[in-house]
This record gives sequence, C-alpha cells and structure tokens, in this order.
Amino acid sequence: MTSPLAELRYEDGSLVIVLAGDWALEHDTPRFEALVARNRSTPGTTRALTFDASSLGTWDSSLLIFLSQCQEYAEAQQLETDRSTLPEQLRRLLALSEAVPQRSTANDDTASQSSPIAERLGKAALGTWSRLQSSLTFTGEVALAIAQLPGGRVHMRWREFWVVVQSNSSGALPIVTLIALLVGVIIAFLGVVVLERFGAGYYSSYLVGFGMLREMGALMTGIIMAGRTGAGFAAELGSMKITEEIDAFVTLGISPVEHLVVPRMLGIFFMMPLLTLYADFVGIIGGMAVAVSLLDMSLAQFVGGLLTAVTLTDAVLGVFKGVIFGMIIGFAGCLKGLQTGSDAGAVGRAATSAVVLGITLIILANAVIDWLAALLKI
Amino acid sequence: MTTPDTNVIEVRNLTMMYGQLVIMQDLNFTIQRGEVFVIMGGSGSGKSTLLKHLIGLKKPAKGSILFDGEEFNIDDDAQRKGVLRRMGVLYQNGALWSGLTLAENVALPLEEFTSMDERSIAEVVSLKLSLVGLKGFEAFYPSAISGGMRKRAALARAIALDPEVLFFDEPSSGLDPISASRLDDLIVELQASFGTTIVVVTHDLASIFRIADRALFLDITEKTMTALGSPAELRDNPPSDEVHRFLTRSSEGLS
Repeated sequence: MTSPLAELRYEDGSLVIVLAGDWALEHDTPRFEALVARNRSTPGTTRALTFDASSLGTWDSSLLIFLSQCQEYAEAQQLETDRSTLPEQLRRLLALSEAVPQRSTANDDTASQSSPIAERLGKAALGTWSRLQSSLTFTGEVALAIAQLPGGRVHMRWREFWVVVQSNSSGALPIVTLIALLVGVIIAFLGVVVLERFGAGYYSSYLVGFGMLREMGALMTGIIMAGRTGAGFAAELGSMKITEEIDAFVTLGISPVEHLVVPRMLGIFFMMPLLTLYADFVGIIGGMAVAVSLLDMSLAQFVGGLLTAVTLTDAVLGVFKGVIFGMIIGFAGCLKGLQTGSDAGAVGRAATSAVVLGITLIILANAVIDWLAALLKI
Repeated sequence: MTTPDTNVIEVRNLTMMYGQLVIMQDLNFTIQRGEVFVIMGGSGSGKSTLLKHLIGLKKPAKGSILFDGEEFNIDDDAQRKGVLRRMGVLYQNGALWSGLTLAENVALPLEEFTSMDERSIAEVVSLKLSLVGLKGFEAFYPSAISGGMRKRAALARAIALDPEVLFFDEPSSGLDPISASRLDDLIVELQASFGTTIVVVTHDLASIFRIADRALFLDITEKTMTALGSPAELRDNPPSDEVHRFLTRSSEGLS
C-alpha cells in the first residue's frame, strides 16, 4: 500500500500537516476537509497550523490547491499559519495566489444558481418581458424605417440590398432545387403508394400540385432559407456587434436598422416569393417524373390532371406564404443578430436561435394561414 | 454650477451598474474644452463602461451626464443624435465597417449628415485619410490592412465630421510601441491643431504621461474615482497607494 500524501498530527498546540510523496494533478490527491473529518480527535487547544515537508517529493498545482484549503481552514478556525517549513517556491506561489483578494462579483453566478425558485422564476419572467419589449421595439423600428423608405427619409444602402438579392437568388438555387425536387418526389411516392391502393393513382398529380403549390413549396423554401439566410443574417450582425461596428453606427447617430436591417429584410422579402415559385415548379417536375415512371400515366395525363385540379389561387396562396416567411426569416435573423452578446460563443448562439425562432414562426404562420384559408374557403 | 464655456462634459454623481452589480459610484468630474482627458485604472475597473456612458451607449443607473450644460438623455432620440453628431469615437478594435472600403467608411458619416456632393465628399475623405497617413488606401477593405492602419482609418472616420469631442477606447491596445507612439502623436496633433477635446481611456502609462492634460483614476477596490489631476502631479503626490502603484508600475504593498 502506498503511503498517504498528507497526514495530520498534533504537536505542542499545533496542527502539523505532514506532506509526503509526489503530488500531481492527474493522480488522486487528498482534500483537506476530508483529512480533518477523518481526524476528529482535534485537541481543543490547537492554536497554529504548521507543515512538515521533509518527505515531500515533486509537486504541482494539486499541492497548491491543497494548501489553499489548509489556509481556508486555518482562517475559519482562527489558527496562525506557519509556512516557513514549506519549500521556497511553494511559499512564493501561495503568496502570489493570495496577493489580490477575490472580487465579490466572482461568485454572482453561483449565487444566482442557488437562489430560491420564486426568485429565479421572477428573473426569468423579467428576462422574457425584456426580450419581448426589445422584439416589439425592433419590429416598430423596422416598420417605421420601411414606411419612411418611399419618402426618401431613410438612407438605405442599396448595395447591401443587392448583395442579399444575389445571395438569395443564384446563391440559393442549388439547395432549393435539390430539396424541392426531393420533396416533389416524396409527395409523388406517397401518392403512388397510398392512392394506388384505392385505384386512384391518377390523382397523384392532384396531390403533387396541391402539396407543392399550397404547402410544401413555400414551407420547405422557408425552412431552407431560415437555416441558410436567417442564420447568415444573425451571424453577420452578431459579428458586427462583437467588433463594435454596430456601436460605431449608434455613436455616429446612424440607425443600424436603416443601414443593416432594412436592406436585408427587403432583400429576403422580395426573393422568397420568387424562390417559392421556383421550388413549386421544381417540386412538380420531380413529382411528375415519379408519377410518370411508376404509374401507367402519360406526361399529358399528369399535366392535364394537374391543371384540372389546381387553380391559380393555390399558387397565389403559396406565394403569399413565401412573402410572410421572408419577413419572418429577415425578422428572426436580424433581431437575433442585434441581440448578440459579447462572448466568444455568442455569434453561434445567435445563429442557432435565429434558425429556431425562424422555423418555429414559419410553421406557426403556415398553420394560421391554412386555418384562415379554410375559414375563407380559399 | 455648470460653466458651458469651459466644461464640455460634466458628470454628476454617476453610478454605473451591470445588472445588480455596482461597477463604479459617486463619480463627479468635468472635462474641459480643448483638453486631453485620460480615464485610467486597472483592468476591469470600469474605464470602458464609463466611456460607454459618456458616449450614450449606456444609461446611468444613477446621476447624470451633461453635455455643454444640457443633460444627455439617451432616450430622447433627437437630442441624442444632436449630441452624437458632435462626437467622434475610436473604438478599441477600430470597429471599421468590414463590408465597406476605407473611403466608404469615412464617407458614410458625411453622406448621412451633410448635403455635400460626391466630389466634395471624396475630397474630404482623401484629406482625412491623408491626415492619418493612409492616403492611397481608399479602396482597401479593413481586412486587407494591419491593426495599426485599421485604427488610423477608424480615426479618420471619427474625425470625418470635425467633432468637438473625440473619444478613444484603449488606443494603444494591440499595437506595437512605434504604432502606439504614432497614434499618440496624432492625438496630440489633433488637439493642438483643431482644439478638439479628447477623452482617452487607457492604462498605458507611456501614453498617459505623453498626452494627458488631466487624468482620472478609477479605483477597482473603492469602486469610485480616487484621483483627478495632471499625471505628473498625481505621480509626485499620489492621493492613495493604489494611484502611486499604478503610476509607478510598482507592486510593492501587495500582500
């Protein structure tokens, strides 16, 4: 059995801590409180704490941590500490670690974690209220800036707008094409498998048409763009926040909303309906390929079925959804970007929460629009 | 009593807080027109936070900040813009707008706040960039130039509108001694040539002794200001051990 790294003994009113062997962070090292707890026979007359380091081998920070625990114990028990028997380097390091007193702020986080549940609930409620207020303020600022745009009272940088347009047109086409095509294929497969059982495979074209134009074209494009563009907006603005570029706008009296948010929101607002139409078209092509190849159906029959069932209203509803989703993506991305914190992980968190908020709002908006469409018999 | 002819900024009983935590309290001082005023103190003492209060990025928890005798209310958008129009700020990392060239960075405030035509703006941009030694770099993006050049470009942007008060947040941080010294020269030159009031947040002793007319010391342990005066006076007659240690870069007395 190996000899212990630390032991306690009592000598002439002093608590002597006997240090021995090699101390290393990667090995198990004793905790001083545990050592004291095992030696309950502490004489009541102990006045000082000393060390016996005659058998001490090599050591690292693990010994410093142990000695700090000894010091805390000595202070709590009002014992005088005599470090003269410790190696010189150890004494210097201990003095260095104690040179600057711990700031009272250092434990604030710990304190908040251990606060009562009512207090934490109250803080969470206040935090939610504050976030809601800032979201409403942001919405108001954006609405005001966009409303003032036609009168020329807002100085929007058109270059930023065109960059967003470019990024969300040719830049987004490959991913939108791929996803829309696959979604069209999936809907068609669904039709083939389910409708064929009832001998109604012919109606696959209805399903593909309705599915893409009313629902999936806009929804999938919205989700893709929330992940792509919404996260991009949040990351861009978040980085600008961290590098104080946003502060530079504010202190020059220039509105970051006008210069950074409005071009981005307008860019995605105009591009989303176009991308939705494109996704509808590609999805229908994908569905058509599956239906024609797996069913005894000609291209003309598919197109004929599609045109019989699907109306312009269906396509317009999908495009309308695209407009709404575009606003949501721009709003979520820019809001989360401007709310970015100042630590290293803040930009990542802003991008993530922009995507989560964007997709959640898109699905919510989709449900509301469908419900309204059903109510209005559209 | 406020004396608008000499005091540009007056800070009255200012308390700065971060959440529930008091960072500094009972700050009372004035910044006089045309002086170079340094806010100094150890790391984490609240220097940059004080600067953010002075430039309207943070709202005082208690107390007030007066700009030319008038309270700087950051909730009043029109007043805030009016005050900010008279200020220039050089941030710690320059904070140049990364999507714009140096010329566009300097031009943006001119486009926003003046009715100058494109040609006149280009002339002003060229002048400001040449004042900071960056003539010929108009078409460069911030990412293509060095840290020292970025700071100088940011200074060109900060002085684009000929501000009455220029704020510098840690101007020498991240710069080699020669670049830092060049920036100090620029600060002194701006103050001497334009009579601009300059407020500098720094803990760089060389800069403090070189540029400051007066300096304010924020004491992290006392959570308030403990010294105000010329750096040489404060060094020779330090009002506290902390100020003495700071200005002589000595660790004696630490236990």
